[in-house]
Amino acid sequence: MKVTITVNGTTHESDVEPRTLLVQYVRESLGLTGTNIGCDTSSCGACSLHLNGESVKSCTVLAVQADGGSVTTIEGLAKDGVMHPMQQAFMENHGLQCGYCTPGMVMAAIGLLNENPSPTEEQVRIGLEGNLCRCTGYHNIVKSVLACANNK
Amino acid sequence: MGGSILGNRVLRKEDPKFLTSGGVYVDDLLDEPALLGALHVTYVRSTVAHGNITSIDTSDAASMPGIVAVFTGKDLGLEFVPSAYNPAATRTLLATDKVRFVGEPIVAIVSETREEGEDAIDAVIIDYDVLPALIDLEEAMASSTLLYEACGSNVVFDSMVLGLPDNTGDAYFADCEVVAKGRFINQRVAPCPLEVRGAAAAWGKDGRLTEWLSTQHAQGAVAPLAAANGVDPSMVHVKTPDVGGGFGAKIGAYPEELLLGVIAKKVGKAVRWRETRSESMVGLGHGRAQLQYVTIGGKRDGTVTHYQLWAIQDSGSWVDMGTILAPFMTRPMSSGVYAIPNIECRTTSVVTNTTPTVAYRGAGRPEATAAIERAMDIFALEVGMDAVEVRRKNLIPKFMTPHTTVVGQTYDVGDYETSLNKVLEAADYKGWRAKQKAARDSGATKQIGIGVSVYVEITGGVGNGESAKVEVLDNGHALIYTGTSPHGQGHATSWAMLANEQTGIPIENIELVWGDTDLVPIGTGTMGSRSLQQGGNAVFAVAAELVNKAKSVAARLLEASEEDIVLDKDSATFHVAGTPAVAKTWADLALAEKQSGGLVHSDVINVSGATFPFGAHVAVVEVDIETGKVTHIAHTACDDAGKVLNPMLLEGQIHGGVAQGVAQALLEEVCYDPDGNPITSNLADYAFISAAELPSVTVVHMETPTPVNLIGAKGIGESGTIGSTPSVQSAVCDAVSQFGVKHIDMPTTAEKVWAAIQSAR
Amino acid sequence: MIPAPFDYKRASSAAEAISLVSEYGEDAKFLAGGHSLLPLMKLRLAQPAVLIDIARIQDLSYIRDAGDHIAIGAMTRHMDVEKSPILAEHAPLLSFAASHVGDPQVRHRGTIGGSIAHADSASDLPATTLALGATYVVQGPNGTREIAAADFYIGFLESALAPDEMLTEIRVPKMNGATWGFQKFNRRAQDWAIVGVAAWKRGTESGVGLVNMGSVPILATSVAKAIAGGASVSDAAKLAGAEAEPQSDLNASAEYRVHLAEVLVRRALESTSK
Repeated sequence: MKVTITVNGTTHESDVEPRTLLVQYVRESLGLTGTNIGCDTSSCGACSLHLNGESVKSCTVLAVQADGGSVTTIEGLAKDGVMHPMQQAFMENHGLQCGYCTPGMVMAAIGLLNENPSPTEEQVRIGLEGNLCRCTGYHNIVKSVLACANNK
Repeated sequence: MGGSILGNRVLRKEDPKFLTSGGVYVDDLLDEPALLGALHVTYVRSTVAHGNITSIDTSDAASMPGIVAVFTGKDLGLEFVPSAYNPAATRTLLATDKVRFVGEPIVAIVSETREEGEDAIDAVIIDYDVLPALIDLEEAMASSTLLYEACGSNVVFDSMVLGLPDNTGDAYFADCEVVAKGRFINQRVAPCPLEVRGAAAAWGKDGRLTEWLSTQHAQGAVAPLAAANGVDPSMVHVKTPDVGGGFGAKIGAYPEELLLGVIAKKVGKAVRWRETRSESMVGLGHGRAQLQYVTIGGKRDGTVTHYQLWAIQDSGSWVDMGTILAPFMTRPMSSGVYAIPNIECRTTSVVTNTTPTVAYRGAGRPEATAAIERAMDIFALEVGMDAVEVRRKNLIPKFMTPHTTVVGQTYDVGDYETSLNKVLEAADYKGWRAKQKAARDSGATKQIGIGVSVYVEITGGVGNGESAKVEVLDNGHALIYTGTSPHGQGHATSWAMLANEQTGIPIENIELVWGDTDLVPIGTGTMGSRSLQQGGNAVFAVAAELVNKAKSVAARLLEASEEDIVLDKDSATFHVAGTPAVAKTWADLALAEKQSGGLVHSDVINVSGATFPFGAHVAVVEVDIETGKVTHIAHTACDDAGKVLNPMLLEGQIHGGVAQGVAQALLEEVCYDPDGNPITSNLADYAFISAAELPSVTVVHMETPTPVNLIGAKGIGESGTIGSTPSVQSAVCDAVSQFGVKHIDMPTTAEKVWAAIQSAR
Repeated sequence: MIPAPFDYKRASSAAEAISLVSEYGEDAKFLAGGHSLLPLMKLRLAQPAVLIDIARIQDLSYIRDAGDHIAIGAMTRHMDVEKSPILAEHAPLLSFAASHVGDPQVRHRGTIGGSIAHADSASDLPATTLALGATYVVQGPNGTREIAAADFYIGFLESALAPDEMLTEIRVPKMNGATWGFQKFNRRAQDWAIVGVAAWKRGTESGVGLVNMGSVPILATSVAKAIAGGASVSDAAKLAGAEAEPQSDLNASAEYRVHLAEVLVRRALESTSK
């Protein structure tokens, strides 16, 4: 089936199987391997990216559902070598270790601040309930998100 | 101007890549030339926990679209291989005669796309003659149904085999005024790195096998890969991409990984493999799974005189690393931080029809700590003393020269009471006790519980040292080759800091090479919290030696004697003392050495032994006594891992360790039904802890340097886990001790807590 | 991890959706947000041969004040139910319940209609709309009909929807100042409820719905009857399990579920949330 999806500002026309997941599409058809797959039950959020400006779990979206839509992945955040404030905050606050959950975590965090620009610590923790990390214990992830919120 | 970089919160040089384009994990290797056109391998796994395979029919699967081949163990000519830890236990890497756990690989499907492989799984028909499944540890120990007939028993390892005595039972406590007993479950948990297992294999025209492996130890995979593929180890090249977490479970190579080369050879093409999370929950090794019988005795004044532990280790269905953690890690650390004069510890490892157990963050030491800490708590209840005061009374006093415990373990340096005092103060222990009293007096629905743990653990117990090579290039940049294998720990930054400290070369100009066995043939990987104290130590020593070499080159170039050469680290240049204006850069020296092998030094640097980080944690929980629900509201950790290289990275390790430790205490458990079917085999059912269940951690810094290595550092990677679990379990029990509850097993789920309150009241 | 192969059709109107589902029959499932269906398909627990995507049908996503009730289009996403000022004013129990479905990413995709049609007793919105006395509007080849929530859930993952019918609207009576409470008891924030309670009270009128207390969402009518008869909230709450048939599973025993329901019903009704 033919789909037209704009990813990080570039419009792609591709032929996909109906069952192709959006995460497979960005990773395998477009070679954007920053977005990761961490589970098979929509639990971990490693696949989070933005679809039409909102954070979604791309493992639970079919590429055909995103037809005509606009996707932003982690690769599309930095502009001209300058990191997005959330990326910068994660680096300054040691919000990542192995990096596997990180792209999804950053995209989910940006989505969180888009909808709640000044969250409390509790709101950040609950807002990231759908994003699992095994390395950081979340402490510095929460710190990164709050730092980003305070810097805006 | 100047000043040491060591001890500073240097941001990670790795991060820009991970944050912008993402790490390159094994499944991301799309442009690797040797893997273009690679086929996909999908494994068909046992759905039965224990059974004899009576038939395997692969014909339907083989004729499905995109299927290139379907192989059984017989098709691949697999022979039985013995376990390294009990040679009577043997298996084929794909099960041929018998299956021993749900999830055991039996058939390998090779397909053009991953989807086609997944589509063909159900078309493989396997018939089993089902045998009784042994899931309960004590039942398996006593059963005459054997997993490995040749072992003669399901007990596959016992400390008595090492010549250690059995425990003497209750008689041991004959002279004690007070005795308390416990049966503690240190439950099975799943490591759950966010990146599941994955690998790829390709044979070169030179007959060499290259295997890309998501591993913590590439060098350790060479020999098993060589054996599985029937080649000499020199014909195996292992490469480590970025690895999305390991936590001990990615040490050693699994059957699925060992077989890729065999399969690639059969189909004549490179192959890739990546498991799903559901597969990983049954195929990646599990952690902990120890049943503990504990007796503790002493005087009414709170002095503990006798401690006895029988640790029964669930080995799972293979005799893997999990089998030997109890005798070699739990037992030596069984005395913890206490000067208990009489200690007995026996360990018995038993196979069951479950996923094999492996090392998992702490690997035997969390179990030792949990047992002694719970024992101290029940002893305190028995003598009617505050749990903190009982601990204080029995602590080994501060020691700065080696201390040997009655179990025979020699600790390097320790100051347990100071860590206890620091954490109690930072946690406002007194304030929380007052809040607890107020809640108790008012009979509030939400009650407070406070738990304190004091622990010591062993790090750097794996390996005696590490290899390092430091090379300076023509442009003055440096390459460090390390035998460690970072997967989140930040070695690229840390080792660069150490090299910078010695050489003055800026951190941004220093790159790290690891995990490629052709480039780093000698290495013991990253595990057991060894990397800084052994790997970083080697980098520090080798860089210092490289500076000496550089000085002799500079002396030659500047026509002076070596003793007169000064390295100005701020400018990273060499000059003759007194004439700083005439200087040589590292690049100058490297060019000068180009024809004679380059400016490089390589060595294996040994350390004098293991090290023993220690500390104390305070956990505060709130328990809703109507429902039993536990909320973890505060956590304070004082962890002393010797000299701190980068406090930011240290804290990150503590935070991560604490989260996994709290997860074991409160939430996570791998469960099986009585037939051995896993019932927590995805991340929706397995309670992998999220940010919403955790508080922020207050970290209290403490540094007592160790003399064991040049840097004075111990390992911090596992301390957070070891210290946190018992403090949280203790806090939950403390919250409801007012109702007469003495013990609640982990995970302290709401229903367990509620049920404990009901039965005690 | 990857669904079994299927054909994909898009409907641009409700009529087209119904005609497609009539054509393909039992082999077809509707695809709205996909957050109930796709997880099952990825584990191959569901393998429909045809998916009919109804997400692009115009005007099935809305929240309107319709006088005595609020009309919610079936394709309205959980996030929009959560944030709706109309629902915040007139049916805050529903918007609060929606804020607890899954996690934010799930709420950007999952729909109230999808959740209700999927008819999982462990989902939050079926029990919540049941407690509120909602009516579901359903369209089929022969026109539309209304089904009371109390008549809609007939078995495990089984609703009163005929195979060729599509849910188009959910009508939720205005709460008119009732106090309400929503209690979702789970292990982790992202988990399904072990037991959940959606409850409202206005004088001696009340409605209590139970999540994950049986094969269908449970309307705790004995509790409502007791309150109507003048019983105190804590006495009435003791009847929370009267209509329930809770299961024992990995996360809780049936006995504990009943105990939880009693505690949570009491807390939900005692809540002064408005």
